[in-house]
Amino acid sequence: MADSTTLDLRQLTGRFVLDGASQVGRLTYFVVDMIRGLGEVRIWWPRMMVEAWNIGAGSLFIVLLISAFAGAVTALQTGYQFTGSIPYYVVGTLVTSSIILELGPVLTALILAGRIGARYAAELGTMRVTEQIDALESLGRSPSSHLVIPRVLAGLLMIPALTVFANLAGVLAGWLSVKAVLPVTDADFIYGAQYYWRPWDAWYSIIKAFFFAGSITIISCYMGFNTQQGAEGVGKSTTTAVVTSSVLILVLDTVLTRLLLNQ
Amino acid sequence: MIEVHNLVKRFGKQTVLNGVEFEVREGETVALLGPSGTGKSVLLKTIIGLIKPDQGTVYIDGKDVCKLNRKELSELRSRIGYVFQNGALFDSMDVFENVRLGITDQDKYTDLPYVRERIAEVIRLVNLPADTIDKFPAQLSGGMRKRVGIARAIAGSPKYLLYDEPTSGLDPVNADIIDGLVQRLDHELGVTSVMVTHDVRGAFRVADRLALLSEGKIVMQGTPQEFLESKNEKVREFLERDFDNPSFAA
Repeated sequence: MADSTTLDLRQLTGRFVLDGASQVGRLTYFVVDMIRGLGEVRIWWPRMMVEAWNIGAGSLFIVLLISAFAGAVTALQTGYQFTGSIPYYVVGTLVTSSIILELGPVLTALILAGRIGARYAAELGTMRVTEQIDALESLGRSPSSHLVIPRVLAGLLMIPALTVFANLAGVLAGWLSVKAVLPVTDADFIYGAQYYWRPWDAWYSIIKAFFFAGSITIISCYMGFNTQQGAEGVGKSTTTAVVTSSVLILVLDTVLTRLLLNQ
Repeated sequence: MIEVHNLVKRFGKQTVLNGVEFEVREGETVALLGPSGTGKSVLLKTIIGLIKPDQGTVYIDGKDVCKLNRKELSELRSRIGYVFQNGALFDSMDVFENVRLGITDQDKYTDLPYVRERIAEVIRLVNLPADTIDKFPAQLSGGMRKRVGIARAIAGSPKYLLYDEPTSGLDPVNADIIDGLVQRLDHELGVTSVMVTHDVRGAFRVADRLALLSEGKIVMQGTPQEFLESKNEKVREFLERDFDNPSFAA
C-alpha cells in the first residue's frame, strides 16, 4: 500500500514536472515566434492601434472607478488608525505612497487581467477552435504578426498609461475623502505627499505596470492560442489565463519590489 | 504533384494515420473518401504542414513539406488554397477583408485597385452577389460562407486547391451548387485539387480519381469506374452504404 502510494506520488511529481517543462518550452517558442514577427510592422501596426484604442477607451472608466474607491478607502482607514497619535499630514504621505507604489499598478493589472486577459484568451481560443488561426497559417501568413503582436504591444503601451491615470484618480479620491472626514487641509496633504516623495516612485509604478502588462497579454494570448476541444476548451483557456496572469502579477509584484526598491 | 509516403500520425494513444500512401498528379482532381473520423482532414492538414506527422514524408513539387523552414513553408502555402470545412472566415472582418487575405503576394495585397478588381472577380467566380463584399460572415448563410471560403482560397491564384468537406452541413441543393462550383473552378483555373468528403455522390461527380481512407490507410485509389467495378470489401461496403443504385455516376 505504502509502495503504491509512493509510486503514485512519484508518477504525479514526474508528470507535473514534465508538463511544466513542456509548457515553459512551448511558451518560450511562442515568445520567440512573436519576436521574429516584429519585422512585419505594416501587418501589426494598424491592428495594434485598434487594440490600443479598445484597451484604453474600454477600460478607462472601470480603472478610474476602482482606483478612486481604493484611494478613498485607504485615506479613510489611514485617518481612522492614526487620529490623535500622528500628525495629519502623514495621511498625505501614506495615501500617495500606497496608491503609487502598490494599489495603482496592482489593482489596475488585476482588473485588466480579468477584462483584457479573458477577452484575449476567449477571442484567440474561439479563433483556434473555429480554424481561423489554421486559415491564417494556410494562407502563408503569420498568426503571430496578425493576432499576437498587436495585442501584446497594445497592452504594453496602454496598461502603464492606464496605471498613471489610476494613480492620479486614487490619490485625488484619497485627498477628497480625507478632507471630508478629518481636519486635514490641502496644505497638510500636499506637504505629506511631498515629504517622502521620490521621482523614482513614479517610474517604479510604471515599470511594474509594464511587467504586469507583459504577463497579462502574453499569458492570455498563449492560452488562447493553445486552446483545444471546442467551447469547453475556450472556457478552460479563459479561466486559466485569468488565474495564471493574476498569480503571476502577485509574484512579479513581490519580485520587483525586492529588486527595484532594494528592500 | 503531391506525394505522401508512409504517413503516420498519432494523437495520444490513438493512431489516426497508419502508413498512408497517396498521390495527386498535376491538373487532376482527387476526392479523398472515407467515413467520418477516419483522419481525412488530418491528412489534408498534414499535406499543407498545419499538422506535423510522427513518421513519413509529404512532397509537394518535390519539396519535403516537413523539412521546410518557416519562410519556405509560407512561400509554399502561398501556392495552395485551402477551403476549410466551416469556411473558417475571420468573423471580425467583412467579406472584402476576408477574401483580401487570400491575396498572398504582399505587393498585390497592398495595391488597392488590384485588390478591388481581384475580389470582384473571385466573388463573381463563386456566384455570389457583388454586394456580399460589404457583409460580415455572421450575416451570411452556410452555403454563402463556404463560397466566400472558396473565393478566399482562389484569390491568390493558387496552383493547388485543398477542399475540406466543402459540402458538409449543406442541404442537397446547396451541396450540388458547391460541387458544380468546384468542378467548374478546377476546369477554368486548371488547378490540381484534393477534395476531402464523405459525400460519395459529389465525389463521383467532381473527381478524376478517388481514394478511400479506412483504418488509417488508403485502401484503394482509382477512377470512379474502377471504384464501381472494385471487389474490395471496404470499397463495396462504403459505396453500398450511400447508394442503392450505382447509376449516380452518370
